[in-house]
Amino acid sequence: MRKTFVLVFLVVLVTFTLFSQEVIKIGMNFELTGPISGYGQMSRDGVLLANKLKPTVNIGGKEIKVEVVAVDNKSDKAESANAIRRLIDYEKVIAVIGPATSSAALAAASIAEERQIPMVVNTATNPLVAQNKKYVFRTCFEDTLQGFLLATFAWDELGAKNVAIMIDVAQDYVVGLANYFEKAFEQFGGTYFTEFYTTGDQDFTAQLTDALSKNPDAIFMPGYYAEIALICKQARDLGFTGPMFAGDGADAPELIQIGGEYVEGVSYTTYFHEDAELSPATKPFVEAYQKEYHRRADAFGALGYDAYMVIVNAIESAQSTDPIKIRDAIAKTKDYPGVAGTITYPEGSGNPIKPAVINMVENGQFVFRTVIKPRM
Amino acid sequence: MTIQMFFQHLANAISLGGIYALIAIGYTMVYGILNLINFAHGDIFTFSMYFAFYAVTLFLFPWWASFIFAIVLTTLLGATIERVAYRPLRKANAPKISALITAIGVSFFLQNFAIVVFGGRAKSFNPQLGVYPTQFAQVLKFRDVRIPLLTFIIIGASILALLILIWIVYRTKAGMAMRAVSKDVTAAKLMGINTDKTISQTFMLGSALAAVGGILWAMKYPQIYPYTGMIPGLKAFIAAVVGGIGSIPGAMLGGFILGVAEIMIVAFLPALAGYRDAIAYIILIVILLVKPNGLLGVEIGEKV
Repeated sequence: MRKTFVLVFLVVLVTFTLFSQEVIKIGMNFELTGPISGYGQMSRDGVLLANKLKPTVNIGGKEIKVEVVAVDNKSDKAESANAIRRLIDYEKVIAVIGPATSSAALAAASIAEERQIPMVVNTATNPLVAQNKKYVFRTCFEDTLQGFLLATFAWDELGAKNVAIMIDVAQDYVVGLANYFEKAFEQFGGTYFTEFYTTGDQDFTAQLTDALSKNPDAIFMPGYYAEIALICKQARDLGFTGPMFAGDGADAPELIQIGGEYVEGVSYTTYFHEDAELSPATKPFVEAYQKEYHRRADAFGALGYDAYMVIVNAIESAQSTDPIKIRDAIAKTKDYPGVAGTITYPEGSGNPIKPAVINMVENGQFVFRTVIKPRM
Repeated sequence: MTIQMFFQHLANAISLGGIYALIAIGYTMVYGILNLINFAHGDIFTFSMYFAFYAVTLFLFPWWASFIFAIVLTTLLGATIERVAYRPLRKANAPKISALITAIGVSFFLQNFAIVVFGGRAKSFNPQLGVYPTQFAQVLKFRDVRIPLLTFIIIGASILALLILIWIVYRTKAGMAMRAVSKDVTAAKLMGINTDKTISQTFMLGSALAAVGGILWAMKYPQIYPYTGMIPGLKAFIAAVVGGIGSIPGAMLGGFILGVAEIMIVAFLPALAGYRDAIAYIILIVILLVKPNGLLGVEIGEKV
């Protein structure tokens, strides 16, 4: 008799906890393996930290547990589409974070749109990712804005009037960013000329010899870190002493490892630096990150953290776990103090207007140099 | 274009051509003796960089010892590949195409092995790590033309490699055996030549050359990743074919032609700079159309 009683009690207890402890799931679609796994892993760590610091949402006075589920897109476009399908269909997530790169994000974005699941990308900057999409948002700036901020930096901070641009014709990101830079730089009254190469090229001496004969004040490298490191080495070897600068494609430790002393003084735009006070939330985040992972916080993690917080914030303000209502609440995000800058989504757009951080390589370290605010 | 700029471009071209030439020599040698296009050459080249890199960073060798270590290890790698992948095919009297397919397989295997063992992220071959003395990274100035010291080292190494190879092939007993094998394997065997040993030696020599090329390439373009050798390997193959595959001076000539063409296309037609790899293929096609055996290739009747 007593045994039955205990059993019934246990069953009741288990059912009670099961029903009272509702769980909602947020998916992560990141590059956890493959050639750009560094980006995905850094992003994931940021989201996990955010989840640890804010593990529940409050809906109608009830605390609901938020679970994050990670799926690996293997740094591949097709796998990224599979990953988001798996998250939506199998894991039943109500929102997705990631991917970290533009091409993988593009592949996933149309699926999020079709299934009406909000997707917040952390570091994919290509304008096409969120263009004409109701359900896709980002926590980083997009390349139209980044190009403008870089032109502002070159004109105001470097005092450059004539800029050489090294363009990787094989990368949409590079061609796009160069294009937006050119437009803005021309508006300011600057002149520029372009030199071309392809991803994987290792010898840039011909382009640089040609560029240096036109006496540029600065060299702009909107490409990725591997090529940037080699361009810097070869430009210095050919006797160029002026400033060199880049976009967020430079933001990887490999830039300094490969470039060594040749990348000294190179500046680039990025979203975040530990020492940049982008919002009141920055400092506590940096401390929490240091405590959790025992290393310096990075831009990918910071924006992943912001992506999680934007979603959770929207769930609470919508007071609902319905993806469509969450989407509407995200779109209304205004002056949200993200760790990598305040986030406001302009009417009908998933692209926040944010300042850019300019980092510079100094004594083999990425050092915070300045914050460039958009002139609106 | 000013005269100074022209000379700067020329210096760049010789610098690039020199390293293509060096890799092409190793490529063409294996072909010349075995009639085998060793597509894995570029990956053997990549491995030599990793060997030199880890010798310094992991085993803390001084740079010169790491170079020797890398060359020895790469040579052994070449011998191993020959023994494991190509010899069984030869023993089975497999058709030539099987050896070609195997070479591609070996290439894929080495690339993926490198990803698993060394990781996908790029490693740096930077003098600050002690992988080679900083003095080598100097840039020499002749009036306004700047030439990295490395260019002279590379060209010196290519010429030295060429002389050593000619000496081995024409002045030593092993070289005589190689020449015999290249003429006719069966006849060479009948004459009492240990053909397996000779073929193995050929591979070792080719791999040692790849190692020298790999280390110099890494010094010039200081990043190492599992696919580093792919493009240089392909360019070396084109250079070898352009110069006349099998001909050692031809490979050198082909390397320089390719280097000059790539630099000059960027210099004179900057808008086409993004397509310089395509230029290499166009040169290949044109040469093959005009002179199917390459510039310095000898016409040989197909052996039946």
